[in-house]
Amino acid sequence: MMTTDVAAPSREVPQRAKSLRRWGPSALRGWTTGDAIFRKACTAVGASVVALLALLVYELVRGSSAALSKFGFHFVVDKIWDPVQEQFGAATFVYGTVVTSVVALVLAVPLGIGIAIFLVEMAPRRVGTVIGFLVELLAAIPSIVYGLWGLFVLAPIVRDDVAPALRKTLGFLPIFQGDSHGVGMLTAGIILAVMILPFIAAVSRDVIASVPQTQREASLALGATKWETIRNVVLPYGRAGIAGAVVLALGRALGETMAVTMVIGNNPQIAKSLFDPGYTMSSVIANEYAEASGVTYLAALTEIGLLLFVVTFAVNGIARLLIWRMARERKARA
Amino acid sequence: MEDGARAKGAGMTTLAISRARKLENRVMLGLCVVATIIAVGVLVAIFGYVLAAGARYVHLSFFTNLPTPVGETGGGFLNSLVGTGIMVGVASAMSIPIGVLSGIYLAEVGRGWLARTVRFVNDTLNATPSIVAGLFAYTLIVLETHRFSGFAGSVALAVLMVPTITRTTEEMFRLVPRTLREAALALGVPEWRMTLQITLRAAAPGVITGIMLAVARVSGETAALLFTAFNNRFLSTSLDQPMSSVPVQVYTYAVAPYEDWHHQAWAGALVLVTLVALFSAAVRLATRSKHKVMG
Repeated sequence: MMTTDVAAPSREVPQRAKSLRRWGPSALRGWTTGDAIFRKACTAVGASVVALLALLVYELVRGSSAALSKFGFHFVVDKIWDPVQEQFGAATFVYGTVVTSVVALVLAVPLGIGIAIFLVEMAPRRVGTVIGFLVELLAAIPSIVYGLWGLFVLAPIVRDDVAPALRKTLGFLPIFQGDSHGVGMLTAGIILAVMILPFIAAVSRDVIASVPQTQREASLALGATKWETIRNVVLPYGRAGIAGAVVLALGRALGETMAVTMVIGNNPQIAKSLFDPGYTMSSVIANEYAEASGVTYLAALTEIGLLLFVVTFAVNGIARLLIWRMARERKARA
Repeated sequence: MEDGARAKGAGMTTLAISRARKLENRVMLGLCVVATIIAVGVLVAIFGYVLAAGARYVHLSFFTNLPTPVGETGGGFLNSLVGTGIMVGVASAMSIPIGVLSGIYLAEVGRGWLARTVRFVNDTLNATPSIVAGLFAYTLIVLETHRFSGFAGSVALAVLMVPTITRTTEEMFRLVPRTLREAALALGVPEWRMTLQITLRAAAPGVITGIMLAVARVSGETAALLFTAFNNRFLSTSLDQPMSSVPVQVYTYAVAPYEDWHHQAWAGALVLVTLVALFSAAVRLATRSKHKVMG
């Protein structure tokens, strides 16, 4: 399910039934009534999916109305999160979500594209199939298992090995200063990177595999090395599709909850260093929703959810646009 | 490889450039191999650790016992296993008819703006974070009934299942050859019977695959259940009461400060991972053998 996110341009099936109905003698009338009912039933169920999304948006807006009216736009930029004083601002959570997602992309994009290149351009077919399956398996592991592994295995490694090494080599950068306690934004970013890696790899693989062989042959015939062919011909050809894969992965990273909640430290602050704990939008909902008391408190948390929905909606719209553009360009070229 | 032959006949400067290019070629392709090794290494590390840690703590009592109070060992996941089974079952009962019929609508019936809208909305739902689905079920059900319930959890899971099932059903229906449909229509079968008895049957393996993927995905779902089904230390089969689930129980145990609970969390994680791996392998096998037949 995770790998089929590239929407294939839909092929319209010819309108058989309509033409049948037009030709059909009156004896067929009873025969087509069943079809009419069947079509209406399918259409109704299909439309119910649209109704479901409308209801989802309505419920989120209704649930957050108390906070929407009280805090307005300031909600997004205000840093104070104080349930006792009923002062709510989401800036620290937005910051945590953005930072962890950026760290994840920085790590996962080169790796994912590298894997895709290996699978398509280098690996023998059988090896490619096996490794492709293994990478897809990464996408199927439940988020809670990543969280467990991150908390008990990865966090100590970050604290004892990764953070000291980064401080020693890149410590002049503010993002790699201070002490690491294991849990923090860096650990969350690494876990997120592992989780979105399969998306980037799988979609990029499909994109690269769809580059026509003649393009590669033309480049190789001009004397280009294999890497030059990949860099100058294959990757530019699939640029829009790969960008779509990256944006799609960003959408996943923004909304990911459990694994991040377990390793980020859950401290609402805007810290410069990646070693410091932070808090994300989805984590604060996961941690505080069940125990939240008071209308404003619940509404503020729901508003964060609404914000999260709107952002992932926009990000996925962009991804779809990119992938759609690639499909169109390819059609124009073919 | 081909520049090697070229370089032999060329002058010294070309040879030098060619060496640099060759080196770049080697290094960059080597990095691609390294990237793959890292990814597979991480997978092996996670699976290996979960397997090793989980296997140590999975006993028969894990499947047959209820959770014990702190300090008392030998507790199990019975309530969570039953809860996950019930909620995934109810969610499937709600989402499979909707998903399959929507998929049929998109592949066979729908045209124009409504079909485009349904497809777009379905993709949007597919990308919606699971925690948002939980919020939806909370405001829709928990706020109205004033209690966490297994039913609210099932609704949240169903919201997550519908888009996966719809999408795979549509894709699988499009794989069924047109000639099969035409043969049926030529024999005088009405369209609705053709769709349900011929096309659906031909597409069934793929559709079932999609359903299994959706089931596997929500079986490990935590965020959507945290504040809908919540958790329950006791064995409960009633849908209007809070209900435990394996992932939520793993989370509860993982963030608690007790060694024994951590062990149980690993055991629970092993059960989840095993489930997912089995589903993925089964799906792989099913799609490989059937799609070839369907061409």
